[in-house]
Amino acid sequence: MSKGEDRQTQGVRPSLFLERQSYRRRRLTDAARLLPVLGAALIAIPLLWPSGDAVQDGIPLSSAILYIFSCWVVLIAASLIFGFASRHKTANDDSEPESDRWQP
Amino acid sequence: MATLNVLILVCLGYVVLLFGVAFAADRMAAAGKGAWLRSPLIYTLSLSIYCTAWTFYGAVGNAARSGLEFVTIYLGPTLVMISWWWGLRKLVRVARSQRVTSIADLISSRYGKSNTLAIGVTILAVLGGTPYIALQLQSITLSFSIFAEADPSGLYRQGASVFWVAAGLAVFAILFGTRNLDANERHHGVVTAIALESVVKLFALLAVGIFVVWGVAGGIGPMMERIDASEIGQWNVDAGRWTTFIFLSAAAFVCLPRMFQVMVVENADEGHLRTAAWAFPLYLLLMSLFVVPIAVVGLDLLPEGSNPDLFVLTVPLSQGNDWLAMLSFIGGFSSATSMVIVTAMALSTMVSNHVVMPIWLNTQEGAGWVSGDVRSVILISRRVSIAVVMALGYYYYRLSGGGAALASIGLVAFAGISQILPALVGGLFWRGATRTGALVGLSVGFLLWIYTLLLPGMGGVLMTETVLQNGPFGIGWLRPQALFGIAGMDPIVHTVMWSLSLNTVAFCVASLLSFPSPLERLQGAQFVHVFDHSVALRGWTGSVAQSEDLMIMTQRIMGAGPAQEFFQAEAEKQGGRSSLPEPTPAFLERLERELSGSVGAATAHAMIGQIVGGSSVSVEDLLAVADESAQLLEYSSQLEAKSTELSRTARQLREANTKLTQISEQKDSFLSQVSHELRTPMTSIRAFSEIMRDSDGLSGEEQTRYAAIIHDEALRLTRLLDDLLDLSVLESGRVNLNMGGDTLRSVLDRAVSSALAGSNQTLAVRRSKASERISLHTDLDRLGQVFINLISNARKYCDADDPVLTISAHDVGGQLVVDFADNGSGIPPEARSMVFEKFARVGGDKAGGAGLGLAICREIMQRLGGEITYLPGQGGAAFRVRLPLAYQQAAQ
Amino acid sequence: MSRRVLLIEDEPNIAEAIRFLLTREGWQVETHADGADALQVIQGASPDLVILDVMLPGKNGMEILRELRTLEDMQGLPVLMLTARGQSRDREMAENAGVSRFMTKPFSNTEMLTAVRDLHAQATQS
Repeated sequence: MSKGEDRQTQGVRPSLFLERQSYRRRRLTDAARLLPVLGAALIAIPLLWPSGDAVQDGIPLSSAILYIFSCWVVLIAASLIFGFASRHKTANDDSEPESDRWQP
Repeated sequence: MATLNVLILVCLGYVVLLFGVAFAADRMAAAGKGAWLRSPLIYTLSLSIYCTAWTFYGAVGNAARSGLEFVTIYLGPTLVMISWWWGLRKLVRVARSQRVTSIADLISSRYGKSNTLAIGVTILAVLGGTPYIALQLQSITLSFSIFAEADPSGLYRQGASVFWVAAGLAVFAILFGTRNLDANERHHGVVTAIALESVVKLFALLAVGIFVVWGVAGGIGPMMERIDASEIGQWNVDAGRWTTFIFLSAAAFVCLPRMFQVMVVENADEGHLRTAAWAFPLYLLLMSLFVVPIAVVGLDLLPEGSNPDLFVLTVPLSQGNDWLAMLSFIGGFSSATSMVIVTAMALSTMVSNHVVMPIWLNTQEGAGWVSGDVRSVILISRRVSIAVVMALGYYYYRLSGGGAALASIGLVAFAGISQILPALVGGLFWRGATRTGALVGLSVGFLLWIYTLLLPGMGGVLMTETVLQNGPFGIGWLRPQALFGIAGMDPIVHTVMWSLSLNTVAFCVASLLSFPSPLERLQGAQFVHVFDHSVALRGWTGSVAQSEDLMIMTQRIMGAGPAQEFFQAEAEKQGGRSSLPEPTPAFLERLERELSGSVGAATAHAMIGQIVGGSSVSVEDLLAVADESAQLLEYSSQLEAKSTELSRTARQLREANTKLTQISEQKDSFLSQVSHELRTPMTSIRAFSEIMRDSDGLSGEEQTRYAAIIHDEALRLTRLLDDLLDLSVLESGRVNLNMGGDTLRSVLDRAVSSALAGSNQTLAVRRSKASERISLHTDLDRLGQVFINLISNARKYCDADDPVLTISAHDVGGQLVVDFADNGSGIPPEARSMVFEKFARVGGDKAGGAGLGLAICREIMQRLGGEITYLPGQGGAAFRVRLPLAYQQAAQ
Repeated sequence: MSRRVLLIEDEPNIAEAIRFLLTREGWQVETHADGADALQVIQGASPDLVILDVMLPGKNGMEILRELRTLEDMQGLPVLMLTARGQSRDREMAENAGVSRFMTKPFSNTEMLTAVRDLHAQATQS
């Protein structure tokens, strides 16, 4: 937090165009923001599946389990990758908007 | 077959182990050792109190009934965790920067430290939490009963066991949950014990799952076939329930008091979220991995009518695997105990900070409480709260009789606690959210939840069948489970949809319509822009505050040691010599944060407010602080005014300087003038006297003539010297006025005849003698001198062909005004400002005097209390003489 | 041959004293009291000597002298300047303007006569 305060007092506006590294970092956080959207979309897909009832056969439960758990693994892996990427790239920083101010 | 006694022994042994772990962790943390206690792993594992006994046992039961629907309860939190970057991270940052102690504290803090809101959230949390605790007690009891049925000794009494379980959990929670008063400090003991429990429950469930898949079904392939062949073998999930439950579990994951406690309050490092973001979803995945296989195998193996909620226990038991069943029991026990302990801690903090303390502070009224031991009051209130919460859970269980209705209580509680979501999310991301909005939204959601879900679920006593069928008073569209006539929905989906949507709408509309207090606006800005500025809120002005009183109060709350340390550090920070810091706003604000860790934001605010002066700092003060920019603006406009004044002064100085320069030049030229005026007569005198001395044979006529010239020039010299002396006397103020009484008319008569005497120049003087009948009492000779001067000036300088001088007199408001105007070309404007200066002569004309006349006139009029001014716009040269008639009366 | 002197002086008493002195010495004295048309009077009279006061109504004696010296046939005309102000600055100005002799009032009659004789002698020699 104190870091955040210090940074704030610098009061430098981030420039519009960023260096390559900063640019990567920005896109990384974009990905982080998109991840929940992807997750919601993936787990909403089963809503489209036909339900099994007396008239017609539905999706077999084993397939449903495979699908749900695969999506789950994908989301966990994406979150893991983002976690490591952000740890690596922003080792000293955890607040994205200000991070560019530390560029020399 | 494990006997009940063995089971009880194992349970007790497990509890002793937990005590030991918690105690050791507390000791290590106090000694500053054990960095791993604050590791991301422990943090992630502590989050798993989300998985209660309800999920441990109930998930399998749910799967057995509804297939994959159970997974929604895990998918919601997964979504929350993977969006930690813009969600939880902000929540944690805000909570830590504000030293928030609970979800109620956070909401109260965001909306201007409103205790009303805090109480509302607390009531909601207790109402939602009590059945939930009862549910845990029920699952422990049920699992006991499974073993009890198999125990031949038959000593088991269900009621007693529930009581002892509840009491034991209460003791554990009190011992480890209220060791530190500062609720904002980490409870390392409890958290470590919970982490251990979550490992145990995961291990137990995985063990049962592996046993089922590989031990019973014979591998993954056969298991899958078995699943498809079972009665739940097809995808058959209601879309509404699927979506609603995912949303609901996500909302509850953030809003549940116990989740808030471990996820936000106990968070030691924001960076831990980075690990938890993938590790906790992984934990949830593992927890749900074998749920369907266990359910399917249970449905296959166990007789019709077996309780699917206990498949986790009964499947191993039916296969004769007692030790696995025992492990499974410990897993369920772990789930229940960890949930109960943390819930009790979180709820007790809320109840104590937002209900008990404000009431207690009110009853103590004023400074009386300073003498009381606040520290012990808080601890006792917190411990009693834990006991009360546990007792509530116990009695709820006894009253509901452990019926099947409990199964859905988890979701009912979720729906209740989710009513906080709009206020929470709105508070974090929308500056416009107001206290009124939060109150209205929360009330609407809360009432709808009670009306549409809680009451209908509690049976016929509170809500009759008639009301359910036909609506209250027969109003059809108010039917609790079919609001606005939309019937046929799942009750939970119905409630969540209506309560949360109307809650959100009410929250937004009320926020838009209301106007927040300054404190709310400041807090709102701090919450929403927490990453931009963690700037401290300046709330207190400590002019009245007594550092000693604050010290006493802080000691009562934080304990003597920490309080003295804190005050000492603050004093050093201020660089003061005394051990007590000055009550600066910054210090008071840090103290408030420090205290809010113990008693909550609203209470700390109120306590400091009592000492610092009256109730609390006035909101106007806060605005004044916030509006520093406005003050700067005001300051700059003052500067502007000053600079205008300065430039005006500078202009006046420049004018004065110009005048001074002119005067200086005038003085130089006067010296020449005086020299000239003196030398000229002396030249004549010297020349003629030498002629008379040296020349023989001058005729008598010539002698007489030359002697007359010498005489005239001598007189001229005398006159000049007289004028100079006169002026000098007038200027020095040593003049003696010779006061006398006469009419203006006779003064003017004498002046005119005197001025025009012996002159060959013709000057017509026009007078209105009637208006001159004004009696005067002044120095008549001096006044006459002024008149003579003005008249002879006109005579000498008026350049008209037929020079005419008009003298007019008026009495204007007690002032005698006499104007002298001739018909000449007048005095050019650039010379007007100089005519009254000494030695000034217009146009270098040498028609007589030395240019002292008007200067003498000005001095005389000043002595007489009047003035003489040039009167422009009269055609020719015009002068106005003013003389106050009041002066004459005063002199009499 | 009569010697003619033009006296430009606004003080009548001083003018009379100088006229008395110079007439007795054999000079033909003409007087003028105004500065404004003094130049024309000098040109018209073409005197042997000019006595010029500084403080004159209409036009300053210094200016009259300066303008006089710009005229071609007036370079050698002896000019005796009189002033009552007696400041050294006036003397410098007069010398720059091309004065022949500068005298401060009041002067002794002998002084005046000596100056006029000297100036006349210089003019007739050259």
